[in-house]
Amino acid sequence: MIWNKTAECAERKELEKIQLTKLKRTVERIYKNVETYRDKMQQKGIAPGDITSLEDLKKLPFTTKDDLRENYPYGMFASPLSEIVRIHASSGTTGKPTVVGYTRRDLENWAECIARCFAMAGGDKSSVVQVAYGYGLFTGGLGAHGGAEYMGASVIPMSSGNTQKQILLMKDFKSTILCCTPSYALTISEALKKAGTTTDELALESGIFGAEPWTAGMKKEIEKGLGIKAYDIYGLSEIMGPGVACSCSEDNGMHIMEDMFIAETIDPKTEEVLPYGEKGEIVFTTIGKEGIPLIRYRTRDICSLMPEKCGCGRTTLRMSRVMGRSDDMLIIRGVNVFPSQIESVISGFAELTLNYKILVGRKDNKDTFEVHVELAEGLAIDDIKFVEELRKRVDHDLRAVLGIGCTLRFLSEGTLPRSEGKAVRVEDTRNLSERV
Amino acid sequence: MFIKQVSVFLENETGRLSDYTKILTDNHIDMKAVCIADTVDFGILRCIVDDPEKAVNVLNENGFTASITTVLAVSFENVPGALHSVLEKLADEDIGVDYIYSMIRSETGKAALIFKVGDPEKAGEVLKENNISLLCMKDI
Repeated sequence: MIWNKTAECAERKELEKIQLTKLKRTVERIYKNVETYRDKMQQKGIAPGDITSLEDLKKLPFTTKDDLRENYPYGMFASPLSEIVRIHASSGTTGKPTVVGYTRRDLENWAECIARCFAMAGGDKSSVVQVAYGYGLFTGGLGAHGGAEYMGASVIPMSSGNTQKQILLMKDFKSTILCCTPSYALTISEALKKAGTTTDELALESGIFGAEPWTAGMKKEIEKGLGIKAYDIYGLSEIMGPGVACSCSEDNGMHIMEDMFIAETIDPKTEEVLPYGEKGEIVFTTIGKEGIPLIRYRTRDICSLMPEKCGCGRTTLRMSRVMGRSDDMLIIRGVNVFPSQIESVISGFAELTLNYKILVGRKDNKDTFEVHVELAEGLAIDDIKFVEELRKRVDHDLRAVLGIGCTLRFLSEGTLPRSEGKAVRVEDTRNLSERV
Repeated sequence: MFIKQVSVFLENETGRLSDYTKILTDNHIDMKAVCIADTVDFGILRCIVDDPEKAVNVLNENGFTASITTVLAVSFENVPGALHSVLEKLADEDIGVDYIYSMIRSETGKAALIFKVGDPEKAGEVLKENNISLLCMKDI
């Protein structure tokens, strides 16, 4: 089902007209209300009146997470606090969190976006939506909650964690849609198997998973384990939260809510805008937001854009699955390594679980690089040759994909900590300040 | 005629073996035979216990990768040449032996060894034909 045909199936020309009107309004708003933007634009010698076409977007300055940090907490808000009805903040792993504010209309627009996502996943007002994203400052829980309620579904606000109870309610309350991070979906699916619960005992039909990068292999595993169709949802709190884009039944990229956000991909180094289809960092400009509108926000997420009309009937631009983050990238012995590359190799082995850990350290002025993986249950582990050969095969595939070797360690199934939210896969203990 | 051996994957980590024995202790599982094959960074522990299915279940629940392997338990006189006569029969029939290890206790005066062979069905037949006594789960 398509939630909002006018917005999601609009002719390109119509859509661009709407985008331009809203872009102009946004630029005027931030120029007037946000000092940082006024300064940035003046430095570039641009005034709001210079934006006369969508092409002119290129003239506008970028926004980064640092801009938000420097203006902590409310400096980037374009609405007075009296108009702000909700505040969220992203988990700042280093330093202060980044803070975002929503006006009443922002919350409505957000709910509209997420309702479109639920509709893509087959949801409607008869759906029972179990929200297992964390509730709180994180946008996942309350975002999905608001959208599901707006659609008219019955919402179970479980939040993340308490896996046994998640399963109990899923069975007894007959949840039809599950929302959580992919790694937590995997945790739930494992626990389900351990408890001897079959998917026939569930009413679950689909899952909307996001907030961390994941691979096609992991998606398949989750679909099998939970007996559902899995959908990718994309979003980040700076732009709005989940619901910026979502995959449809065609499972070929995520439809961007283009009447609310303009997407570009750029080369992260040169900041040049890339043509459609080329892999680069995705950059968003919010064009409907009041509380904290952002211009050309650098997401650090690497993906590509697909302009072709989709088989589902929607005309909106699609973004590919996020292949990694430009700041997730590890440089090990001078080679660029993305955790998603390691995950894609591991997901190719039925003998391994999808839980893994990457440990990077420094010894004798050399980088150490260990990958810990778990052996799946029920393997012929009595046979040492089998285990050694499995190691050789995994080792070979990792080397082929990464271009460097690593120390591979096999662990028993269940040894690595299970994720209840965003999985922590990397432990880098190198003291970077000591490096040249 | 066959014996169910429990094979357990163990990371080479101090204390991992005692984690394993604690699980058996807590679940009142009696171990009848045990041996470990070790490699550079992991070991495979093989054991014969009184309730192999229960052992695999509780080990899996406690984060160990464990599985069941079919082996033979052979009983013979504790005299020079007794083991040789068993191995000779197997070799004559072209049955490969992967590994052997001994039971912790046996009938008074007798020896008992666990055999992991390439073809347990055939090995069982050959040993029976030669009047070599095989132990069942209930004998051990």
